[in-house]
Amino acid sequence: MADVKPRIKLDKKEAKKGDLVEVKALVSHIMETGQRKDDKGNVIPRKILNKFSCTVNGKEVFSADFEPAIAANPYIQFKFKAQESGPVVLTWTDDDGSKIVGEETIKVS
Amino acid sequence: MTHNMTLRFNRRQALSIGAGAVGAMVLGETIVPAYAKNDTEELINKFTGGKQATPGKVKLDLPEIAENGNTVPMTVSVESPMTVQSHVTDVLVLADGNPRGGVVTFHFSPASGVAEANTRIRLAATQNIIVVAKMNDGSFYMDTKQVKVTIGGCGG
Repeated sequence: MADVKPRIKLDKKEAKKGDLVEVKALVSHIMETGQRKDDKGNVIPRKILNKFSCTVNGKEVFSADFEPAIAANPYIQFKFKAQESGPVVLTWTDDDGSKIVGEETIKVS
Repeated sequence: MTHNMTLRFNRRQALSIGAGAVGAMVLGETIVPAYAKNDTEELINKFTGGKQATPGKVKLDLPEIAENGNTVPMTVSVESPMTVQSHVTDVLVLADGNPRGGVVTFHFSPASGVAEANTRIRLAATQNIIVVAKMNDGSFYMDTKQVKVTIGGCGG
């Protein structure tokens, strides 16, 4: 899954300290629920991204635990308060332990 | 003549469907969320530690009718100053008509600035969505909303 490239958009690249920055992120993933069966009647094993987190300058600003009820190709939108310039790192963790990572930068004046 | 009969039948059908829908609407307003369908109630109890969640402060934004239950946009926002003294820590979202109750848990902190998040969820059938927010002082707030799901988009 390492070749998956998440699409991340910040509503502003430069912000004043204390401003709210909106993050929108979309990642390709099947999000297999573990409830479906194949044509032979065997249950298709669950495979989802179960954890999402966002850090700004290494500090976590938002995270979420996903369940199978999250739609395929999970989309997430949230905000954080601009405090200091630095990398905005978004990480999704797969059931198999692999991670999908995307990065943007925010400039705070 | 056959044409005429077909028309009459359709009209009668349409009327009965209409009456049914009105009945469902009347019922829908008085119905208490049926948590018993899946593990929703257990998950709420686990989250709140048995404490009662007060209605209010939490806003759940969902379409009233979702044509496609595979991807339903959902926005949750919680009224809070989001300061170190007073902020939202966790928000649990549940669906009482899915095979399993859990949908998503959001974790906020004062660094979030605002307790608001949007994602897209899966809904198996027409059901209630329940959202419970945990504040840093240990209090809980909740909101519930019913979503009508028409899988296959047949418009019923």
